[in-house]
Amino acid sequence: MSTREQFRPEDHENDHFLLTTVVGSYPKPKWHDRARELFEDDDSDFDLDDWEESKDDAARLITEEHERAGVDVVTDGEMRRNEMVEYFAHRIDGYDFNGRVKVWGHNYFDKPSVVDEVEYDEQWLVEEFEFTNDVADAPVKVPITGPYTLASWSFNEVYDDEEQLTYALADLVNEEIEALVDAGARYIQIDEPALATTPDDHAIVGEALERIVDDVPEDVRLGLHVCYGDYSRIYPEILDYPVEEYDLELANGGYEQLDVFKDDEFTKDFAMGVVDVHTAEVESVEEIKENIKKGLEVVPPEQLTVSPDCGVKLLPREVAYGKMENMVKAAREIEQELDAGEIDVVAGAEASADD
Amino acid sequence: MTDIVSTTPGLYPLPDWAKDDLSGLKGHQKDDLISGDEGEEIVSVYDEARADVIETQQAAGLDRVVEGQLRWDDMLAHPLAVHDSVDTRGIVRYYDNNNFYREPVVTDSLSKDGGDVAADLGAAADLVDDEALQAVLPGPYSLADLATDEYYEDEAEFLDAVASFLREEVNEFPEVETLFLLEPSLVTDAPGDGADERASEAIDSVASAADAEVVVQTYWGALEEKVHAHLLDADVDAVGYDFVTDHEANLYNINEYGTKDDIALGVVDGQNTLVETPGEIRERIEWVDEQTANDFETVYATANTELFYLPVNKFEEKLQALAGVAEVEEVQA
Repeated sequence: MSTREQFRPEDHENDHFLLTTVVGSYPKPKWHDRARELFEDDDSDFDLDDWEESKDDAARLITEEHERAGVDVVTDGEMRRNEMVEYFAHRIDGYDFNGRVKVWGHNYFDKPSVVDEVEYDEQWLVEEFEFTNDVADAPVKVPITGPYTLASWSFNEVYDDEEQLTYALADLVNEEIEALVDAGARYIQIDEPALATTPDDHAIVGEALERIVDDVPEDVRLGLHVCYGDYSRIYPEILDYPVEEYDLELANGGYEQLDVFKDDEFTKDFAMGVVDVHTAEVESVEEIKENIKKGLEVVPPEQLTVSPDCGVKLLPREVAYGKMENMVKAAREIEQELDAGEIDVVAGAEASADD
Repeated sequence: MTDIVSTTPGLYPLPDWAKDDLSGLKGHQKDDLISGDEGEEIVSVYDEARADVIETQQAAGLDRVVEGQLRWDDMLAHPLAVHDSVDTRGIVRYYDNNNFYREPVVTDSLSKDGGDVAADLGAAADLVDDEALQAVLPGPYSLADLATDEYYEDEAEFLDAVASFLREEVNEFPEVETLFLLEPSLVTDAPGDGADERASEAIDSVASAADAEVVVQTYWGALEEKVHAHLLDADVDAVGYDFVTDHEANLYNINEYGTKDDIALGVVDGQNTLVETPGEIRERIEWVDEQTANDFETVYATANTELFYLPVNKFEEKLQALAGVAEVEEVQA
């Protein structure tokens, strides 16, 4: 059963509906970065209340910026999160921080260490979701870092191996997702960028997802985001995962890997990156339309979701906005052309001929 | 009587103050990484950071002191990344880690002088007192494996050129007690038939240029049997084995094919914050000793991998733990 229709806006003008959304992160307003600096500065009188207010203001602003761009399912741009592993590790019992480690060049992150059995402590994202859902008229998607990435990008001092740590974290992610569902969340995206770097572990990710989806109701849309890797090493195996949608980065590589998804039928929803988050130029509507058509070579329109390659947080804010705005325009124009029968839908056509 | 020598494979994390200073001075993008012609201000930060990590090693009491390789933004690919005949292109993954380096693409002859390792080592030599200085270089096979060649005829010729470039570096070295050649690619991208023998010959040629004890450190698993057998033909003083990642396969290699009279044992995890005690490290060394028939003259007790993966506090604790092992041994002797 598809969960997609619940996200079709009431005033949607076209018969076809290409669900437009974002991966999650968005550039932080400069004043919000400044507020963090002040909050972290011991000499400043900028206190916790001020910092909370800054996060609320930024979340409200960016949620509305997504709506203004016309995106069907929005996020708050992750204004409350600093980094995709650190943010969660701070909220899980059993994690400890020792200091920054190198990723590349002079880019570092505070890679946490698991020093005790991981346990659920304070809420991770429920308050973030409730606030955003309250601000937004559009439906809200919740991106959450997956257990395999949380495990891989940590130092494991306790568990026998990364696999055992992944499963322990999967139980916590399951607990958080249940709380999010209780709070009303209907669209949850699990981010597993680490899978692309160690594709041989796709079975571990699959087993972790089975634990995560335990007791999640059927009307909740679950997606998986993977980026920057060799998809041929995880596809079609990932189609067996208990999620409905795969959000994949492809614009950055010029759709070089598109054929990977044509050899075996793409049986789930395909959320395809149609704008590159590593170029500061806003793609034109025409260019994005051509990219969307590439998605239609893989799946029929009712299975295609339109999204940027990845989180857009490293772009200048006006560029990020421009990419979203053009992405939505392009999607709406493609819908109109589909309604008018001007686009030959290749994917799925053979299947219907067999019916 | 076995002599236990505490050491490390180098490539240290930058002290936190230097992370901040250099981020500010150099920037965060790939065009901002080290080029070999950095200005005075950046040079002085590196000089200070080098002195910092040498002091750390001296305070810990390690038997070998390394330069720290703090300028190696591209990790083991560094010696080529700064070479005049090499272009650095996109950012590529560093082995199976969440780390990245600039892809070095060789576009001209490597015979022209282009290295800077000897100069850094010279600066380190000025800072050590009675301690023995240890040089660190990528082994020729790994350095060639990390690079892309667009100039030489074939892999064999390219490997020869890389080995010859490394030999020139070694010739310029100040007096060093030990040279560690790091060869993870021998494990992760094992050379096939013919290439295995050439890899061994390339290592032999670099080692022969050094007036020092030469250790070839392998890691991220164990060598394939044939690769191991060929490596033992190289005229080096010790082979290093990763007893953190795969102790059984390494033990098998040693017992099945023998090894050199000296050995390096990677018994401290360079990629985990869990700090081993000197007692645990000693147990691991004794375990290898008990499980093998060899009568080693020297055992180098070391971290299995480079150490830049660690936050500074844990890195320093690991140096202290390693140094502690040698002390315990000496007391017993």
